Amino acid sequence: MTATATNMRVGANKAAAKPRALIMRTDVLVFLAFLALVTVGATVLAQAGLVSVSFVKLLGKTLCLCLAALAMDLVWGYTGILSLGHFAFFGIGGYAIGMWLMWDRTELIVMDTLLRAELPPTALEIEEAIGTQIFGVVGSSDIPWLWTFAGSLPLQLAFAVLVPGLIALVFGWLAFRSRVAGVYLSILTQAGTLALSLWLFQNDSGLRGNNGLSGLQNLPGLDDVPQSVVSLWFLWASAFALGLGYILAVWTVSGRFGSVLRGIRDDEARVRFLGYEVEHYKLAIFTGTAMACGIGGALYYPQAGIVNPTEIAPIASIYLAVWVAIGGRGRLYGAVIGAAVVSLLSSWFTGGGAPDIDLGFYVIKWTDWWLVLLGSSFVLVTLFAPKGLGGFVDLWTNRRSTRRDDLGPDQGSLRAEEETP
Amino acid sequence: MQTLLQTYAEDIAKPSRQTIQPVLDELAASGLPAMTGFLEAWSDKGVVQRDEDGQFFYGVREGDIYRLRSLEDGSDAGEVGRREASELKPNSGVRKLIATTLVQFQLNDPDPERRLAALDALTRNPTPELLAPLRASIEGEEVASIRNRKEALDRLISIRFGTNTETRVDAINWMSTQVSLEARAALNSVLVTRTVVGVPPEGANIARTLAVGRDLTEERALERLAQEGIVPDLVERTERDAALIAAISDGSVAGVPVADLNTEEARWATYERLVVAGVAPARPDVGAVADLIAANPIVEIYEEADPAVVEAALAALDFVEARVARAEAVDLGLDAMSLASIYFLAAIGLAITFGVMGVINMAHGEFIMIGAYTGYVVQQFVPDYTVSLIIALPLAFVVAAAAGVALERLVIRHLAHRPLETLLATFGISVALQQLFKNIFGTQAVPLTSPDWLAGAWVLNDVVGISYIRIAIFVMALLFLGLLVYILRRTRLGLEVRAVTQNPGMAASLGIDPDRVGMATFALGSGIAGVAGVAIGLFAQVTSEMGTGYIVQSFMTVVVGGVGSVFGTLAGAGLIGGLQKGIEWLNPSNTLAAQTYMILFIILFIQFRPRGIVAQKGRFVQ
Repeated sequence: MTATATNMRVGANKAAAKPRALIMRTDVLVFLAFLALVTVGATVLAQAGLVSVSFVKLLGKTLCLCLAALAMDLVWGYTGILSLGHFAFFGIGGYAIGMWLMWDRTELIVMDTLLRAELPPTALEIEEAIGTQIFGVVGSSDIPWLWTFAGSLPLQLAFAVLVPGLIALVFGWLAFRSRVAGVYLSILTQAGTLALSLWLFQNDSGLRGNNGLSGLQNLPGLDDVPQSVVSLWFLWASAFALGLGYILAVWTVSGRFGSVLRGIRDDEARVRFLGYEVEHYKLAIFTGTAMACGIGGALYYPQAGIVNPTEIAPIASIYLAVWVAIGGRGRLYGAVIGAAVVSLLSSWFTGGGAPDIDLGFYVIKWTDWWLVLLGSSFVLVTLFAPKGLGGFVDLWTNRRSTRRDDLGPDQGSLRAEEETP
Repeated sequence: MQTLLQTYAEDIAKPSRQTIQPVLDELAASGLPAMTGFLEAWSDKGVVQRDEDGQFFYGVREGDIYRLRSLEDGSDAGEVGRREASELKPNSGVRKLIATTLVQFQLNDPDPERRLAALDALTRNPTPELLAPLRASIEGEEVASIRNRKEALDRLISIRFGTNTETRVDAINWMSTQVSLEARAALNSVLVTRTVVGVPPEGANIARTLAVGRDLTEERALERLAQEGIVPDLVERTERDAALIAAISDGSVAGVPVADLNTEEARWATYERLVVAGVAPARPDVGAVADLIAANPIVEIYEEADPAVVEAALAALDFVEARVARAEAVDLGLDAMSLASIYFLAAIGLAITFGVMGVINMAHGEFIMIGAYTGYVVQQFVPDYTVSLIIALPLAFVVAAAAGVALERLVIRHLAHRPLETLLATFGISVALQQLFKNIFGTQAVPLTSPDWLAGAWVLNDVVGISYIRIAIFVMALLFLGLLVYILRRTRLGLEVRAVTQNPGMAASLGIDPDRVGMATFALGSGIAGVAGVAIGLFAQVTSEMGTGYIVQSFMTVVVGGVGSVFGTLAGAGLIGGLQKGIEWLNPSNTLAAQTYMILFIILFIQFRPRGIVAQKGRFVQ
C-alpha cells in the first residue's frame, strides 16, 4: 500500500502515479479520523453548551496554526530550508482578509448613519466617512492605495493567497539563484520578516500601524448570527483546510517531487549534480508553503479578532520552527502534533490555567516562567530528542532506524528509508 | 553712592519716562560697583526711601515694618515702620529704561556667567537702543568666546536696526560665515515676505510671482483672491450641504428631487440654482481659476524695502546654507561612525564565533543584555559612577565570557555540524534567558548611569555635535579592533583560530585542538558582547529585550561584512551604520522606514556579494 520507494535513488518513485492510494494510507486515515473526531466532538459539546465559545475558537485557531506548521515542515523538515519568515505569510493572509472584514463592516455602519442624513450620500462622502472611521486612529482620513480592492471579498481572498505567494516567489528567486543557503538563508528570511514588520509598524504604511486591524470577529452583514455559531463555522473551515492541506502535503512528499526535496535536504550538491534544477524545486516548495500559510492566516485572524504587526515579528516565525522541531520534523503528523501541543500548552500556561507552585520561599507563577520552561525544553529536545514528540510514534510502531550511525546533516528528520516498517 | 542718589533724590523717588534718562546716564557714568544691585532692586520695587531723612535703602516688607539694608554693602540698617518709609514704584516705561541701563552694567559685569545671561536676554529680545552699550562693551571683553558672541549679536542687531545700507550689508556679509541658528534666523528675518494681489506698489521689492500648482494650490489662490474681494468666498462642502438642506421643500431642492442629490456634481449644480435664486451666497468660478489668476497675479514682495540689503541677505543665506549642508554632512558622518562602532562592538563577537565554528548564536544578543545588567548590578554596590564603570567593564567581559563558555560546552559542542539546530537551540536559550532576566529584574528598564564626565557633548557649532558617550564607544571599538587584530595576527591563539576558520579538519590533523579554539573564541566573542552591553546600556535602555534589537543588525553586519573577518565586520558595520543614518537623513520623520529600506538593500546586496565584502577563502567554503 505504501508505495514510497525504499531507496535513495531520487526519482525512481512511482507513488505519484497513483494518488488515489494516498488517502488509504494508515497515517492519513488516522489523522483524518482524529481531525474529524475533534471537530465533530467540539461541535457536539458546543451545541450542548459544555464548552465555551472561546474554547471552540481556540481549537479553530490551533488547527490554523497546525496548517502553518505543516507548511513549515515541508519547507524545513523535508527540504532543509529553515525559513524564519513563514509566519509573516500567515500574517499577510490575515491582513488581506482583515482588510475586507474591516472595510465592509465599516461601510455598513457608515451607510447606516449616512442614510439617515437629510441628503442621500455621495460616493465621496461614503469614502471620507469610511476613511475617517478606519484611519482616524492613525491621524488620517485618506484611503491608502493598498485598500483599493478592500471592498471585494473574492479579490481580498485571492490576495490572501497570492500576495504571500508573490513575495515568497520574488524573495525565494533572489535568494536561491545566488545560492544563499543554510544559516545565511535563515538570517535573510529573518531580516526580511523584520523589515516587513517594521514597515507595518509605521502609521503611514496604510495598514493602521501598530493598531493593526481589529474587530475581525464580526462578519459584515451577519450581526444576527451569534459568535457561538460563527466560531463553529470557522472551526469546520479550519479543519477542512487542515485536512486538505495534510492530504496535499502527503501527496507532495510521497511522489518523485518529495524524493527530490528530501535529496536536497540531505545533500543539495549531489542532487544538483544529478541534473535536477534544485532552485526550481526549492522555489516551488517555498512559494507553495507560503500560500498555504496565507490560507491559514486568513482563517486564523477572523477567529482571533485582531491582527497587528507584532504577529509578524520574526519571533513568531521562530516559534513556528520550534513547534515543528518539538513535534518532530520531517514527518507531517509531527508538525501537527508539535503545533497543537505547544500552542495549547502555551495558552494554558500563559492564560493562567496552570496552578502556581509554592516553593515556600518563592512562588512559581507560570505566566512568568512558561517561556523559561519552553526555551529550556526546546534546548533539551534539540539536544537529546532530535526526533521530538514524533519519536514516541516510532517507539509505538517499533520502527527502527536502519542506519543509526549516519543520519546525515539533518539528524532529526525522518528519513525516507525509515518509512518502511 | 547715597550722596550721588541724594543729588537726584527727587527724580529717583518719583521718576517719569521723560525726565529719568539723564539721571540714569549719570548713574551709569558713575561706575559704582553697587549700582547694578541698586538698579535691579529699583526696577523690582525693592528700594524704599525713609521719610525722615530721604535716604534710600533696600527694604523688605515684614508685616508692619520694612527691614532695611544699606545700599553700599548690604549691611543691616535697622528697620522702619510701614508708614515711615515709602516704596519706590517705577512705572513700566521707566522700568524699560532702567533695564536698558542695566544691560550696560551686566555686559560689563566681572562675572562671565552674568555677562552671558545678559547676552541671552539681548538675543531673545533685541532692541536698537541696546546696540550702543553692546558695542561699548566689546572693547573691554576679555573672554574670547563671550567676545565672539558679543560681536555676533552686534551684527544681528545691526542687520535689523542698522541705519544705513552699508552697515546692514556689512553685517549681513559677516553673517554668511556663521552656521548658528541665530544667524540663519537673522537672515531669514530680513527675507520675510508678504503677498499682494494685482500690480505691486511702486518701489516694492518683488520676490516672485506665485504660480498655481507650483507655489500654491488652486484653493489657496482662490482664498487669497477672495480676501481681496476679487471673487466671492469659497463655499465649503459642509456650507453647501447646509444651504441645500435649508432649502428642502416638499422633498426637493430648487426643483431637484432630494433623492437625486447623491453625487457631488448634482449637489453643486443644485447649489448654483440656489445662488441664481438668491438664497445662497455665490462662490468663485472654480473652472476659471487659471484666467482669474492670470488677470490678478499674486505677487510675493519682501517686507524689507532696501533691494541691496535683500540681495545681500539672499546671497548670504545661500552661503550659510551651503555651510550648514557641509556641517550637516560632517554631523551625519559622526553619527554614522558612532552607530557603526556600536554595531561593530555588537557584531564582532558573532563574526568570530560564526567564522571559527560555523554556528549562529541566537543568544548573542542576550550576552549584550547580560553585560548591561552586570553594569547595573555593579552600580547597585558601587555608588561612584566612574569607579563602577571601571569595575563593570572587565566584570561584564568575564560574566558574559563565562556564560558563553557554558553555552558552548553544554549546548553548541553537542550540536557540531548541525548549524540549523544550533540556531534553534541557541534561540531557545535566548528566550529562556530573556524571560529569566525579566523575572529577576522586572519588566521595567533599569538605569545604567554614566559618570558626569561622559554626560556632556562635544559641540563644534549649532549643527555639529556628538555626545562624549558616543566618542567613548568609538574609542572602545577602536581598542577592541586593535586588540582583536593583534590576537589574530600576532599570537598563537590567533594562528590557531585562523587555521580552524580556514579548514578545521586540516587544523585538527596538525595538532590544533578545535574544541579548545572554539571555546576560546566563544569566550572572547561573548566577552566583547558583554562589554558592548555596558557601553550600549550607558545611552540606551537596559531591558531584558535589549539584545533582540541588536541581534538582527549584528547578523546583517556579519553577513554583509563577510564571515570570520575582523575587517569585514568593520566594513559591514560601517556600511550598515552609514546606510541607516543616510536613509534616516533622506527621510528623517521615519526611522522605522529607514530600517525597512536598509534591510531590503542588504537582501539585494547579498545577491551581488553572497559571501560578504571580505569573502572567506578556503576549501571549506561552499
